[in-house]
Amino acid sequence: MSDQINADAIRPVPFRGGGFAPSSRRWVGLVVFVVLIALAEMGTRQGWISSLTLPKPSDVLKTFGELYSTGLLWKHLSVSLSRLIVGAALGASVGIAVGVMIGLFSYVRAGLVPLVAALFPIPKIALLPLFVIWFGIDEGSKYALIAFGTFTPTVVATYGAVDNVDRGLIRMGQSFNLSWWSIVRKIVLPGAMPGILSGLRISLAIAIILLVAAEMLGAEYGIGAYILEAGSLYDLERLFAGVTILSILGVTLSICIGMIERRLLRWRV
Amino acid sequence: MDIRLSGVSHRYDQTEVLRDISLEIPSGKIVCIVGPSGCGKSTLLRLIGGLEQPSAGRILQVGTPPADCLNPLTYVFQDFALLPWRTVHGNISLVLEDHSIPSQDADDIIQNVLARTKLSDFAEALPKQLSGGMKQRVAIARALAVNPAVMLMDEPLSALDSQTRELLMDDLVNLWTRIPFTAVYVTHNLAEAVRLGHSIVVMSRRPGEIREIVHLDQPLEQRGLGNAELEDKQKYLWKLMREEAEAADAELIHV
Repeated sequence: MSDQINADAIRPVPFRGGGFAPSSRRWVGLVVFVVLIALAEMGTRQGWISSLTLPKPSDVLKTFGELYSTGLLWKHLSVSLSRLIVGAALGASVGIAVGVMIGLFSYVRAGLVPLVAALFPIPKIALLPLFVIWFGIDEGSKYALIAFGTFTPTVVATYGAVDNVDRGLIRMGQSFNLSWWSIVRKIVLPGAMPGILSGLRISLAIAIILLVAAEMLGAEYGIGAYILEAGSLYDLERLFAGVTILSILGVTLSICIGMIERRLLRWRV
Repeated sequence: MDIRLSGVSHRYDQTEVLRDISLEIPSGKIVCIVGPSGCGKSTLLRLIGGLEQPSAGRILQVGTPPADCLNPLTYVFQDFALLPWRTVHGNISLVLEDHSIPSQDADDIIQNVLARTKLSDFAEALPKQLSGGMKQRVAIARALAVNPAVMLMDEPLSALDSQTRELLMDDLVNLWTRIPFTAVYVTHNLAEAVRLGHSIVVMSRRPGEIREIVHLDQPLEQRGLGNAELEDKQKYLWKLMREEAEAADAELIHV
């Protein structure tokens, strides 16, 4: 039968599969950055981007170099980092604890879920004056602002993650007479870990935003203070140097969480 | 240790699931429970193991479990219920950790059950690396580790392909012939029931009642594939169940 069909009617079956499975292409991200910066450099040098709109990337780099050589970089960065670490650690740990409790106890859930929903949409920056009165003008109010801002998204992510833990595994734990605490520690928490970590990605980015906001109000040192000062003097090189530090901070945090995920979630299919 | 059920009934809200089940599970025997889908056989197993409470009737342990028994009523689940973040070794040690066993002894227990289920080479593998049959062997090893007085097996082979199922049935027969254990084995597969059961409880459709209890006297190790006597028993069971299964199937459409 096939002999009767002429040769040009024979062709390979067209391929229709593939796609929808993004794989990691590390260098692409870097290329995007490099191309954008090169474009800005070219534009500012040749004059089709005016120096009022965008500073020369090379000048920003120079400013960055000065910042580093005068030791001011470390001074700003160290206070900012310590605020970020204390605030975010406080907010995230309380958030995870409360989230797990909401996930486990009906009364806690009934009582706190509406409260968290009410707190979530409040722009935390608006509360800064209040925090200054409550926790003082120094570090206290800044810690509180960052902690409060990280707390709500962490809670929501955590109790969602606890809800999604396979009930079959919990029933298995009960059937082997594991203690309540063992079930929480060995089954619920590890099972909720993927959700908690992806929630942390969001809350830590929010923490950086709030860090800058807090430092813009009444701080001598810190990246936020640095950016605010540069902005009010219209010193674009320093402004961009400050923004770059924030971006690098964000990327670093994201890489850190990525590493933690790879370490803790090796078991995932 | 025997298990005795007397007049057990169970309902979820308005739905009557089980009606007046009385049953004796003698120690050292495998009791298979078969029935059409939705007849409440899995519910019955959850009741026996104390994961749910019956609406009426009593479930009794007769006699005391042996002294070295860590968890008298131990389940093997259809979906294996292994912790994906723990290795094979870790999944078994999970059920020993709450009993304050010295770590050396716990390791000995784990080595022993891994050897009995032919998993010694896979102690450090994660569940995602294992096939379905291997996962269920891990779950069986985990159940053996607590030295159960009664094993409660909820369709343990139903998630596996038919070849793996044959292999695992042989494994179960071997395990039982070496050290007889007591088991309640819920299944919808009649071939499994005639292969592994010392007695087979046939249940009616919902509300589940016991229709008949079929006893098989042939020793487990003599029941191979293509055994004429087993074929007859299986045919007989199917005759018992056929109407019920058909009726249950039709019922589901009306839900």
